[in-house]
Amino acid sequence: MSESNAVIQVRQVTKTYTMGSNKVHALQGVDMEVQPGELLAIMGASGSGKSTLMNIIGGLDYPTSGSYHLDGIEVNKLSKNELADIRNHKIGFVFQGFNLLARTSAIENTELPLLYDRQNRHKNHREAARKSLERVGLGERVDHHPNELSGGQQQRVAIARALVTNPSIVLADEPTGNLDSQTTVEVMQLFQELNDEGVTIILVTHEDEVARYAKRIVELRDGNIIKDITQEPDSAADDLKALIARKAAAEAATTPSETETVDAG
Amino acid sequence: MRAFRLIKVAGKSIIKNKMRTLLTMLGIIIGVGAVIIMVAIGEGAQSQIEEQIQNLGTNMLVITPGAANAGGVSQGSGSFNRLRGEDADKIRNESIYAAGVSEVIFTRTQIVGGAGNWRSTIHGVTTDYPIIRDWDLSSGRFFDASEERTGKKVLILGATIAENLFPDRDPVGERVLVRNVPMDVIGVLEPKGQTADGNDQDDVALAPVLTVQRRLSNWSFIRQILVNTYSPDDIPEAQEEIKAIMRESHGLAAWEPDDFEIRNQEQLSEAAQGTTEVMTALLAAIASISLLVGGIGIMNIMLVSVTERTREIGIRMAIGARGGDVLTQFLIESIVMSILGGALGIALGMGGSALLGSTMGWATAVNTQTVVIAIVFSAAVGIFFGFYPARKAAKLNPIDALRFE
Ligand SMILES: Nc1ncnc2c1ncn2[C@@H]1O[C@H](COP(=O)(O)OP(=O)(O)OP(=O)(O)O)[C@@H](O)[C@H]1O
Ligand SMILES: [Mg+2]
Repeated sequence: MSESNAVIQVRQVTKTYTMGSNKVHALQGVDMEVQPGELLAIMGASGSGKSTLMNIIGGLDYPTSGSYHLDGIEVNKLSKNELADIRNHKIGFVFQGFNLLARTSAIENTELPLLYDRQNRHKNHREAARKSLERVGLGERVDHHPNELSGGQQQRVAIARALVTNPSIVLADEPTGNLDSQTTVEVMQLFQELNDEGVTIILVTHEDEVARYAKRIVELRDGNIIKDITQEPDSAADDLKALIARKAAAEAATTPSETETVDAG
Repeated sequence: MRAFRLIKVAGKSIIKNKMRTLLTMLGIIIGVGAVIIMVAIGEGAQSQIEEQIQNLGTNMLVITPGAANAGGVSQGSGSFNRLRGEDADKIRNESIYAAGVSEVIFTRTQIVGGAGNWRSTIHGVTTDYPIIRDWDLSSGRFFDASEERTGKKVLILGATIAENLFPDRDPVGERVLVRNVPMDVIGVLEPKGQTADGNDQDDVALAPVLTVQRRLSNWSFIRQILVNTYSPDDIPEAQEEIKAIMRESHGLAAWEPDDFEIRNQEQLSEAAQGTTEVMTALLAAIASISLLVGGIGIMNIMLVSVTERTREIGIRMAIGARGGDVLTQFLIESIVMSILGGALGIALGMGGSALLGSTMGWATAVNTQTVVIAIVFSAAVGIFFGFYPARKAAKLNPIDALRFE
């Protein structure tokens, strides 16, 4: 193997789903390397294989062929338990569609990964979970259950849960899919912040708006990489400031007329 | 610490799904409750019977006629197939082990006096009878040897008759009519209570044998001869000796079988106990089946719950739960539920048997052994029937579990 210090090394990975006599080639020989500290956006049309690739990188699924090394370890060869531990310690996964436990409060959802941390790095699970929720701006919603939270808030609980173990890699499948434009920028600011702290981040998106903030963009089509570019990312923090300023200005302009309407009614 | 946290997770899941938990536990609650109540009933009946047999008197042998006539084979003309006064006299005269001997003859009749009349049984007995039966008087006196010999018209009432005919006064000194024969009440027996099969032992009156034969019923023959020994250790020898005396009295040749039967208390209680043991075993078997059904209920609900919670399992595994963690969680859930069910079942069983005990007048004490067995058994049910669903959950592939729905 090469002497590269890539955290993620995907070589000739294919994934074929067999449904009866039907075969779906979700990935058809993907080669990809991710260096530590990258902020990578995977793009592509729906069904192009983005989630499939993310699941393999996240240790949730095995490739049909090819190899996948994580921190130099060949993941295909790990036992189920070793893989579970890697999912727990090394990777923070934000699922497409939250995957929160129902009838379980935000803070309990967030501290869940700590329950399965065999190294027991956090003494106080509650405190760690609270910090993580504060980080995503949900400090006031810790006792709410998922059905009492908006889509965007649920998404942020899912992010808080991914961050609670302080993973070195964060994988996020459409983390902004359910968010309005301001919250999207907020989440991207958070990812940029984490990235500045040295966390490697891979996120899936099909919005150019989101991909702007990534340092590198990989595009998939029909299970093949068709584009791999490096770019100068926009600053989400700056965009957020501008956005808030614009909003405040708009509000100031509309407030008098709104009051009039209320009076008239 | 981790185990403790997993128990907490299981506990939360149990609390969150109250209805499911209750339904799951119901089988165990009923099963354990049934086992405890049934065992309590069985043991209650058993101790009742034991007490009863003790009540018959200590060191007692009961001679009854003709039970050896097994298979319905009729005996020769030489055999009486009956007990006679001579048999009792011969035992009195010849036995060295017999302390007391009493013939018993029965006649069922109306007793008129006091508050009205009462249908009961009069036993003709001898002065040895109260000693053999270990039966004291609550009032008055027993008849004496001369009254017995002369066939005096005296009567000792059992507690039930006394209560019914003379509810407001002591019957001693009163006169009652039995088959138009006036008889003097000279004593009242202490109450002995009911037998296991519900017979009232106190619904009886005692009179001298001769009185019953001569004045009340000229055709009554001897139903039993009761004999007591000086010590319980003498029973086997006494049984042999009396057997020989009886055979001689009946003039049986060596090849002829006994035309009477002699049973000691042990044999009497064995017969009775055999019956209750069968009953207890039967009750326990029925109860165990309900416990088994309860266990299958747990498995059923756990299996449904695994399917229902596939997504939850997928989420837990995706964020790093090992198969073993999931297995432990589900196993703890089913064990906690079955132990909780077991505890509630014990409460139900104790309450139920206490209620039964007070309504039926039985001493239905729940013994600790049953309770311990019930707890161990329900935990075992939890492990046994929880394992399969838990393993099914643990074997799920995280990605498949997440995609489930
Ligand atoms: N479990 C499965 N069984 C069969 N086919 C599957 C399975 N999962 C994915 N596929 C197929 O594989 C292909 C890639 O799916 P994938 O979920 O990776 O797409 P995606 O790029 O994430 O799409 P989206 O943007 O809609 O999330 C699709 O054609 C899909 O139908
Ligand atoms: Mg997808």
